Formats: sequence, C-alpha cells, structure tokens
Amino acid sequence: MTTLELKHVTKIYTVRGAGQIKALDDVSFTLESGRTIGLVGQSGSGKSTIAKILTHLETQTTGEVLYDGEVIPRGGKRLRRYRQQLRMVFQDPFASLNPYHTIRHHIERPLLLDSVVPRAEVETEVHRLLERVQLDSASVIDRRPHELSGGQRQRVAIARALASRPTFLVADEPVSMLDVSIRLGVLNLLADLQREEGLGVLYITHDLATARHFSDEIIVLNQGRVVEHGSADDVILNPRHPYTKSLRAASPDPERHFAQATSILGGGQ
Amino acid sequence: MSDTLLSVRGFSVMYDVDPPVRAVRDVSIELRRGEILGLAGESGCGKTTLAYGIQRLLRPPAVITGGDITFHDASGVDIDIDRLDAEQMLRFRWDKISMVFQGAMNALNPVAPIGKQLEDVFVVHRPKLSRAERRAEVTELLEIVKVGAERARSFPHELSGGMRQRVMIAMALALRPQLMIMDEPTTALDVLVQREILRQISALRHQFGFTVVFITHDLPLLLEISDRIAIMREGEIVELGTSEQIWTDPQDDYTKTLLASFPRLTGEKGVVAR
Amino acid sequence: MSPVDRAATGTARPPADVDETAVDPLEVGTTSTEVHSRRVRVPWRFLGNRALFYLFTLWAAVTINFFVPRMMKGDAVSQYLSRNRNISPEAADALRSLLGLDTDKSLWQQYAEYLHLLVQGNLGVALTHGLRPVTEVIAGALPWTIGLVGVATVLAFSIGTVGGAVIGWKRGSKLDILIPLTTFLNTIPYFWLGLMAISIFAVNLGWLPIGKAFGPGVSPEWSFEFIGQVVKHGTLPALTIVVASLGGWMLGMRNMMLTVLDEDYITVAHAKGMPSRRVLWRYAARNAVLPQIQSFALAIGFIVGGTVVMEMVFSYPGVGKMLLDATNAKDYALMQGVFLVITLSVLLANILADVAYAFLDPRTRQTES
Repeated sequence: MTTLELKHVTKIYTVRGAGQIKALDDVSFTLESGRTIGLVGQSGSGKSTIAKILTHLETQTTGEVLYDGEVIPRGGKRLRRYRQQLRMVFQDPFASLNPYHTIRHHIERPLLLDSVVPRAEVETEVHRLLERVQLDSASVIDRRPHELSGGQRQRVAIARALASRPTFLVADEPVSMLDVSIRLGVLNLLADLQREEGLGVLYITHDLATARHFSDEIIVLNQGRVVEHGSADDVILNPRHPYTKSLRAASPDPERHFAQATSILGGGQ
Repeated sequence: MSDTLLSVRGFSVMYDVDPPVRAVRDVSIELRRGEILGLAGESGCGKTTLAYGIQRLLRPPAVITGGDITFHDASGVDIDIDRLDAEQMLRFRWDKISMVFQGAMNALNPVAPIGKQLEDVFVVHRPKLSRAERRAEVTELLEIVKVGAERARSFPHELSGGMRQRVMIAMALALRPQLMIMDEPTTALDVLVQREILRQISALRHQFGFTVVFITHDLPLLLEISDRIAIMREGEIVELGTSEQIWTDPQDDYTKTLLASFPRLTGEKGVVAR
Repeated sequence: MSPVDRAATGTARPPADVDETAVDPLEVGTTSTEVHSRRVRVPWRFLGNRALFYLFTLWAAVTINFFVPRMMKGDAVSQYLSRNRNISPEAADALRSLLGLDTDKSLWQQYAEYLHLLVQGNLGVALTHGLRPVTEVIAGALPWTIGLVGVATVLAFSIGTVGGAVIGWKRGSKLDILIPLTTFLNTIPYFWLGLMAISIFAVNLGWLPIGKAFGPGVSPEWSFEFIGQVVKHGTLPALTIVVASLGGWMLGMRNMMLTVLDEDYITVAHAKGMPSRRVLWRYAARNAVLPQIQSFALAIGFIVGGTVVMEMVFSYPGVGKMLLDATNAKDYALMQGVFLVITLSVLLANILADVAYAFLDPRTRQTES
C-alpha cells in the first residue's frame, strides 16, 4: 500500500493590490492506494489548489506533501518519476485534449515520454488502454477530439492518465461537464479501474450525492479549511459540522423531500 | 381570467443547417396560471429552443416551422404571440413574459453599470416615467432582490456570481410580468447560493404572483421545486406530470433513465459499483 | 404550502457563532467583492505602470538613434564641408557630435553630448536644406502631413467604424458586398489610385487642382482665401487616402461586431424589448469598438511619418517626401530628426490609446485580483 499524505499544508497567495489570500489553511489528510477520498467543496474552497499542490504545479507555503513517507521532489528526474505516479483527469473534456492531434497521439505521448513499454509494443498498448476505458479503439484511434462526444473525450482523458501506470489519480470534477445520462457510466468506469488497478483516487467535486456514492471517505473543505472528515455515509447522513449540515440541507434530495411531504400530508400540521 | 396562461399547440422549430435539425417537434402544452413548470432534459433536447421560440427570440438558422402560441392575458384578452408584428412584439416582451438567463459573465453588458441596464427597461417600456421615478424603481428592485441600492453603479465584473444572478432576476421582475422563464438560473452557482436564490424566487412568487417555467437538467432540483415537470428529449415532450407522479410512477423509459442518473443523496447506495 | 416554500425553508443557516464562515456565503456568494462607490475610478496603478514602460521605450529609442548613424559608412560631414565653406566651426562640431563623427572623444562622452543636444532641442542642421536647423525644417513640413493625413485617417476611421457596425449588424444582407469592395480598394497600388484620381478629377473634369498644398504664387497666411486653397488642394489626396484605407477599418469593426453579437447580453437586450437601434449602438457597437480604438491610436502615431507615395503623386510638401530626399542625399541629421519625431509620436499615441482604453473599458480599471 502506498500513501500520499498532506501534512499541515497551508497555501497563501499574495495578490498585488488585494493583500494576501489564504487558499488553504492547515490541511492534513492521507490518500491510500486502493481507496477513494471525495474532496467536497464549493468554489473558492481551495479544492483546486490541493490538486495543484499534489501535482506540484504549485508549492505549498508551509507544510509537507509526502509520497510514500518521503517529501515529494522539487525538480529534475525525481519529480518526473513522481509525476508518473500521480496523474490528473480534468473537468473540461473539450479543453484538456489538443484539437490538432489524433487520439493515438494523445495516448502515445505519455507512453513514449515515460518509456512505459518498449517502442515495439506502444501501438498494442494504445489499443489496450482505449479498450480498457470501454472505447472501440479501432474506430476512435485515428479521430480527432472534436469528432468524439463529451463522454468519449473524457474516457480518452482517463486512458491518457492511466498510460503511465500511476498509483494515484486526481479527478477534478470529472463528470460535471458531461451530459447527465452518461455521468454514472464514467464514474462507474473510474470505480472499476480503481478496483482493478488498486489506484488511490482523489475525487474532487461540489456534488455531495456523487461524492457519497463514489468515495470511501469524504473530506469537506470550506474556505481552505477541513471542516469535516469521515466515512462517506457518516459525513452525508450524520453530518456534525454546521457547514456540512447546511450543504446537505441545500442539496436537492427528492427522497427526503417527498418523504417529508407524505409525512406532513399524512400526519397533518 | 382563465386557468391557462399560455397555450402552445403544435410548435415546431427547425435549424436550417446541413443536414437540417428538427430541434422542437410538434410540441403542445398548456401552462397553468400560477404554477411552476419544470422543463427537464439534457443538452440538445430542445428545451432552450422551445423557451426562446415562445418569445420569438430565435435567430437564424433557427426557423419556426409551425404552431400557435396564445398568451391568455390577465385582463382577459388572448394574444397570439406568433402573429404580433415587430412593434407589438417589442412591447409585449418583458412586459408580459420575461426571462432570467444564466447570469454568468456574459449575460450583462460589461461596459455599462447595472443600474443603467435596469433603467433601460423603463426607458423603453415606461417612457412616461421621469428620471427620478426610474431611479426609484431601480432602487426598489435592487432592494427586493437583496443586492442593495448602492450597487447600482457597479459593473457586472465587480459582482459575485450569486449577485449577478440576482440582478438578472431583478431585471426580469422590473415590469411585473405574468410569466418568468428561467433558463438554468442556478447551474453555475454553488449549492448554498443556489438554495438562497430559489428561496428568493419563491418569496417573489408569493409577493407578485407570476408563473414560472424553470429549465434545467438538474432533475432532483425540479422535483423539489416544481408543481409539474415536462421531460424533453430530441425535441419532444416525452412525459408530463406532477413532480410526485414523476418521482413515484414515471411512465416513459427515458424518464426512468434520467431519474436513475442521479444518485440518491440520502437513499440507497449501489448506483456506483464500489 | 407549495413545494418551493417547503424546499426553500429547509435550509439551515449556519449559526452565527461558527468561526469558520468568516464571510457568510449566503450573503455575498462564495466569492466576496468590495463595493466601489466612487463614480469614476482613475486606474493609477495601471497608468503608472504604462508610464514607466513608455519612459523606458523612449530612452531605448533615443539610444538606438544614437548608434545607428555610427554604423553607417562614410563621413557625410566632411564631404559636405569640402563642398561648402561657409559653415561655422560650432555648427560643424555639433553636426559631428550628433552624427558621431568626432572620434577623438570616447563613446560615453559622445553619448552624453548627444543627449545634451537633444534636451536642448537641437537636432542639428539639415545638409539638404541649406543648413537650416532640423527642427525648423521638420516644423515646416509637419503641419501639412498631420493636417492632411490626420484628417483623412479620422474620416476613414469614422466612416469605416460606423459602416462596419451597420454591416455587422445586418449580417447576411446586401451590405456585405461592401467588405470585399473596400478591401479590394485597399489592395490597389496607391500611386495608381492617386494618378487615376488626378487624371479623372483634375485633368479631365477640372474640378480639383492637380497637386501641391496651395496654388502658385500664394504665400501662407491666415486668410479665408488661403484656407480655401488648402482645402481645395487637399481634397483629392485626402479622398484617395480615405478610399484606400476604408476597407481595413470596416473589416475590423464588422468582425468585432459579429463576435459581440453572439454574446449573451445581446440576446438579453433583445429579450428586454429594446428597439434594434438601441441594441446596435449602446450594447453591440459600444463593446465592439474597443479594439478599434487601439488600432486608431496606433494609426495616429504613424501619421507623422507621412505617406511618401501620396506626397510624390500630389507633390504635397509633407514629411514623407522630405524623408525620402534626405535618405537619398545622406542627410543623416535630418533623417535622425524625423525618426525621432516619428518615435515620439507613436509613443504618445500609444499612451493616449492606453488612457482611452482604460476609461472606456471598465474591466481594465480593476487592478489584478
């Protein structure tokens, strides 16, 4: 089991003319391979900042990020190797793929850059990865992104992320820009892949419902601070922090809504 | 005053591209006065085209290929929207039916202060008002939606997403219309802000008594707030019923698929195989 | 109780004593903003930054100007002096300083003297104009250039922008033909256009004079008659410039209009029942014109360089022809002087453009946040 740990991470941005903005305040949690953590927060909560710090696109102001017990490298080859282990899937399936290149090119790149398989096997590996994400590789491989649907594009993005055989996957709102009826399909794919590859997944979202179904644990982030952290069911069904409670109350819940309705109608007021 | 506010009969819209797309196919629906009708569907189902088409806001290559739309005014007069000429249409717009757009950055003119954009409505529709009276109306509107009168001089980019949405609501409310069509008004907002906006809309409905058509893909949200829900797919209404009916006894397969796509917040698990 | 009410009242507001929510998200949304209550905010920081940048550019231009003649071959001053004896030693020295031909001084000394001369407004003497001070020579030609080309540019910009706005608004109408037509006119070699104009309007129809800024035998003075002559002589050149450059402005504005017309706030304006004219001018054109203003300011900057071709065709006494003659005669001082003036005016135009943009587009008034 591999761990990715954030220890008392704080991130402060200095903005010209507006002073300092504390994006993250003393955030600590551990991501383990084989488990999914749902990171729930609204806009401005700092969840994207965590993703950037994990992938080393930003550095924290104080605190440590430990991969398997060691501080993540600052640069050079060691950073390259770290980045192979931690891949990201982005929110916008339209923007994360280069419109000029074929799907083959997109999947080949990480394979070649990270020398995952010998050159002779690259083509087979590309096909294998595409089939893995439930795409018909023969029909998709020579197409360009604009010829695919949003759901297909997101699957390609997942295949690309898996190419370097990472241990961890950071999925930043992977389905919020997809059509409603295909969201569960993509989430189920992620769940399957996680189980089969033993990945540790950080699922970043603002949507409580999918977080509950998709994650083992949930962390609730508000204005850069962790306000609640527990098992998924615990956090959603028995929230303790007032912020979590208000999030839950504000989220649409037809189940509870109609149960209340019938109880009110039945029991009178 | 009849029970029905808006009668749509056999409404069809086509996009004149190659190959032509039938965006709305022979849609008929009766909107009841005072109700909240939810219009649900995924992208491309025609819900926005239908909403725009009713107000004749569609632009080429969209073409209305058929249908009648009759607005049953509170005064008792029936207005055939599709038969109004350009001049009449300008007067009809916003006065009887107004629209709340997704208040993202682009729905407000970036170079004009929001107070001016609100005043615009009065300049065009209530030309007899003096400048002071117009300002008073704008102040009142901003206070009603809890944005605050001092924000009249702010530019859109200076307001948060939630506030911009409230300004859009204020703008739609300006002439006290009988029908407000809301197109994904809370989609880009956080769930807490969303709930507050919905609460606001509810309060305004109580105060002013308008009918609402609420368009969104968020079915659980519609189930909570609507009286009736129409599910649209590929230009047609595949199911229409009260929200209770849709929840407890959905008829159409697509409705069932759509319902199943939203994992239950507090109900059973198992939607995602873990 | 209606479903909406039940749903709406289900929200639990976080209790006031919770420290975590410093800013109540329900009040201002999850991204808070400040209230600016003053009417016009002067973007000092923005303008200050730009001013620093321009000062630096000015220094760079002046310094490059210093080095360029020093890289050219031949000592023009000696050649000239060998032909003309009546030049004072001081003038010759100043000339040498300016042109960097006093090689007995160190580079730093030369640079210092050069700057010293510049600050005094001494740009040297013009070899091709009988040793008159360069500043005087340029001042003689500048008003003609600025006047004619300036007016022509403003006209072309105004007509082009308004025309482009209307064409863009009426997308798909017959007006669209104006775009390829005007851009075609743009591509016609200007000298041919000018010669054709002279041939038709001046020679054959006799409506307008053939060339020059004013009639023969007339001397410049502030009288109606003189001004009348100037206008008559300037009409044909100005018209040809307008016709040739209209296309660019029209195309630019039309394209911006098309982009802006796709924006949501235009749909909202229509939905509000705004009459077309109001939406066209106050909503669409007002936004589309922003990039045009920047182009216009830059164009103004280059007016000073004059248009050589126009001046040759119409024998117009402007800066362009003067520069051409100076180059042919290797009159370095005059060339240097003209380059400097052009650089300064482009910088100035840039500054004006920035200021105009800052005031026209409220979004730039905000500092980064």
